[in-house]
Amino acid sequence: MYAQLVKSEGSKTRDEMTPEEIAFQERIDRGERIEPKEWMPEGYRKTLIRQMGQHAHSEIVGQLPEGNWITRAPTLERKAILLAKVQDEAGHGLYLYSAAETLGISRDELLEQLHSGKMKYSSIFNYPTLTWADIGAVGWLVDGAAIMNQVPLQRTSYGPYARAMVRICKEESFHQRQGYDIMMKMAAGTPEQKAMAQDALNRFWYPSLMMFGPSDKDSVHSAQSMAWKIKINTNDELRQKFVDQTVPQAEYLGLTIPDPNLKWNEEKGGHDFSEPDWSEFFAVIAGNGPCNEERLGARVKAWDDGAWFRDGLMAHAEKAASRRHAAE
Amino acid sequence: MADVASIDRTAFAEWLLRVGDNALILGHRVSEWCGHAPALEEDIALANTALDLIGQCQLWLGLAAEVEDKGRTADQLAFLRDAGGFRNLLLVERPNGDFGVTLMRQFLFDAFHIELLRALAKSTDSRVAEIAAKAEKEVAYHLERSADLVIRLGDGSAESHERMAKALKSLWVYTGEMFLDDATDQAVAEAGIAPLPSSLKAAWEATVNAVLAEATLENPGQAWQHKGGKQGIHSEHLGFLLAEMQFLQRAYPGASW
Repeated sequence: MYAQLVKSEGSKTRDEMTPEEIAFQERIDRGERIEPKEWMPEGYRKTLIRQMGQHAHSEIVGQLPEGNWITRAPTLERKAILLAKVQDEAGHGLYLYSAAETLGISRDELLEQLHSGKMKYSSIFNYPTLTWADIGAVGWLVDGAAIMNQVPLQRTSYGPYARAMVRICKEESFHQRQGYDIMMKMAAGTPEQKAMAQDALNRFWYPSLMMFGPSDKDSVHSAQSMAWKIKINTNDELRQKFVDQTVPQAEYLGLTIPDPNLKWNEEKGGHDFSEPDWSEFFAVIAGNGPCNEERLGARVKAWDDGAWFRDGLMAHAEKAASRRHAAE
Repeated sequence: MADVASIDRTAFAEWLLRVGDNALILGHRVSEWCGHAPALEEDIALANTALDLIGQCQLWLGLAAEVEDKGRTADQLAFLRDAGGFRNLLLVERPNGDFGVTLMRQFLFDAFHIELLRALAKSTDSRVAEIAAKAEKEVAYHLERSADLVIRLGDGSAESHERMAKALKSLWVYTGEMFLDDATDQAVAEAGIAPLPSSLKAAWEATVNAVLAEATLENPGQAWQHKGGKQGIHSEHLGFLLAEMQFLQRAYPGASW
């Protein structure tokens, strides 16, 4: 997942569309895939760049809260699993940047926009991972929420994005099981471990609900993105599905979801639940979350500190090329 | 398989700790980079290297636990020994420094590690031979990558050359320890379990000389060499590394994770 508040370009009625745009929309309506060299409306291209870029940025910033516990993982096996997981996230970032590059923007340009604050990443990664149970909660809830959004995106209209999502989903569902496995161990552990597990759920519950973005009635960009099949379900549909999936999992763990209003609604066939505090969501998006400064700062520092490394490799490549040239 | 009883069990377990601790401590150091590397491909490569080393350490420390036969597990060896109980080389506990230091440390160790594993694949102890054969494939790739980057950065820009030269100089004084033989090494060598460290030096030098020459980096040659890690006398850095690594196991004794 990891794309929230993606501003959608365009939104035209059929009467306002050019013949090319109508033909494009008809292809999408027939369920055809759009491939990189094919004609597409500028708005479609720009919206996709925003969405895929935000998704890619979320994967790489998302390395940080989990990487925070790699050096403190409690067993060798947990350390290996977490390393493998974070490596997968970096790999997801790589596929997504590559897929975005097919739309005519470079990875360096995307990174520059991340570093300057022009592009965002998911709000969830601006929350701290304070205990080992948080690593379980991130896998269980955050990856769980991500999967909700990403499974339908395997059917998205843009070919490279849909294909990247197939592989990403396989790995994400594995991550979610690993996260849940940590939670099971903690919930069945010592009183201190169980308290850590409950505390992690308390802190990650509402931020996880925020991952789906604001309510449909306040989400101005959804309609066009859904028409283009860049977005498949509404934010509220996905959030409801996530809550319904997660409630029995929490019960199985013997943990309490921190929402006094949570209850089964027979009539709608789903749970009623409290909305997250959207003012907090907008504050986090605006840069005022508990870890915004550290997360973005760490990425910028990594990039700046690595400039000599990248320049050195370029200098070598140029030397090697001129030596080859001289030898010819 | 060699009969474990025919060799000094204590020496065998001690030697296994050395091999396992090298993998653990270097794997840990490399994992500290997670999410902070200079390019996304490097983040992936570093996580991969760390993962290989942690996997190898699980196997070596598992065997060490079995051989010492004191009812301890690999995790207990990793998370409940104090610094004086660790047997890794001083080289692998050196702090990461800049990316050049990390790469140079990796290269100097990989060039040794591959020779060790090649020799261990012929060990008279089949358990040792099996672990080594698996690890050798992984470490061959580690060496290919680290050597390639040392060459590119040594023969890169003026700044990358200078950083790599500085890294080489600062780490060179920790390379000698890799090839020192002591009584433990003698005992496992006599049992045919492992080669004498000194026997690996010529091949290591050949690799290092070739790579440094191509990297246009000057070989520091004879220099004072630090030692002690293999016997449990470490630098100040190891204690902090362990304080971080062992935190949960120390803070919540007996909990299962």
